[in-house]
Amino acid sequence: MMVVAVVALARSRNLFAVVVLAGAYSFLMATVLVALDAVDVAMTEAAVGAGISTVLFLGALYLCRSEEAKPAHRPLIPFALAVSTGALLVYGSLGLPDFSDPQAPIHTHVAPRYLNDGPQETGVPNVVTAVLASYRGFDTFGETTVVFTAGVGVIVLLRRRRKDKNKES
Amino acid sequence: MNRQLVLRVIAKLMIPFILIFALYVQFHGDFGPGGGFQAGVALAAGVIFYALIFGLARTRRAVPDSLLDGMIAGGVLLYGGVGVAGMLLGGNFLDYFVLDADTVIGQHRGIFWVEAGVGITVSSVMLRIFYLFADRANLTESERDHPEGER
Repeated sequence: MMVVAVVALARSRNLFAVVVLAGAYSFLMATVLVALDAVDVAMTEAAVGAGISTVLFLGALYLCRSEEAKPAHRPLIPFALAVSTGALLVYGSLGLPDFSDPQAPIHTHVAPRYLNDGPQETGVPNVVTAVLASYRGFDTFGETTVVFTAGVGVIVLLRRRRKDKNKES
Repeated sequence: MNRQLVLRVIAKLMIPFILIFALYVQFHGDFGPGGGFQAGVALAAGVIFYALIFGLARTRRAVPDSLLDGMIAGGVLLYGGVGVAGMLLGGNFLDYFVLDADTVIGQHRGIFWVEAGVGITVSSVMLRIFYLFADRANLTESERDHPEGER
């Protein structure tokens, strides 16, 4: 189903259909994440990917035309670039340890300590929250700052346009 | 979409539950799946739902821009403030062990406030971006209707 959604996404020229398909794809992705036991990520994917970004895309569509313009030239160079990047990534993933290999470095380094000592040290049964907020508190602080910066950037960009229009009129 | 009776009734039924669920995810994140980011996004989604059905103006009256602007900065400040509080109490930056005599309770307290900061910032940023987009749509529409511009 996800493959069908992606192929339809790439082929469709109607941007409204693209937005709806992207939302459906996000929901499918969320179910995959639930199947992988990553409920936190699935919730984020469903709310951001399927909910808020769909609304924002529709808002953007309202501001412009809903049909994609025909490309001016054949996109051969971008296509070659995308294929070679994909090939590089696949080549890189060959060097990763096998999926769910218990001897993989990620499972032998700090993960056992988090899993064994985390509940006693933090008193928080959800290890994901303990790692995010306590052990990796600096990273999450940076993350929050990124969200803050993104918000401020959007505010500054869109607000100034409005003021300019006020001056013109 | 203001006159769609079914939508209005369903929205009125569902929005309180969405908001409650967001708060549940926020404050129950220590025990179940979830946390500040997820809660913030769910909260923003609930309010955006309200704005889609009942209009931007009414939403803005309920959740004004100035409140959101304050929340965007306030969340980050709350997070950083927890870190600084740890420093003032003799620990390192973002060190929660010193927040209470019992280190486990201190950790709990730190995680709670940090997650609250994340939730506040995320929800307000999402909402503010939505407001700005929706506002631009209104703007072009009103310019089309009144070329002189009233704003």
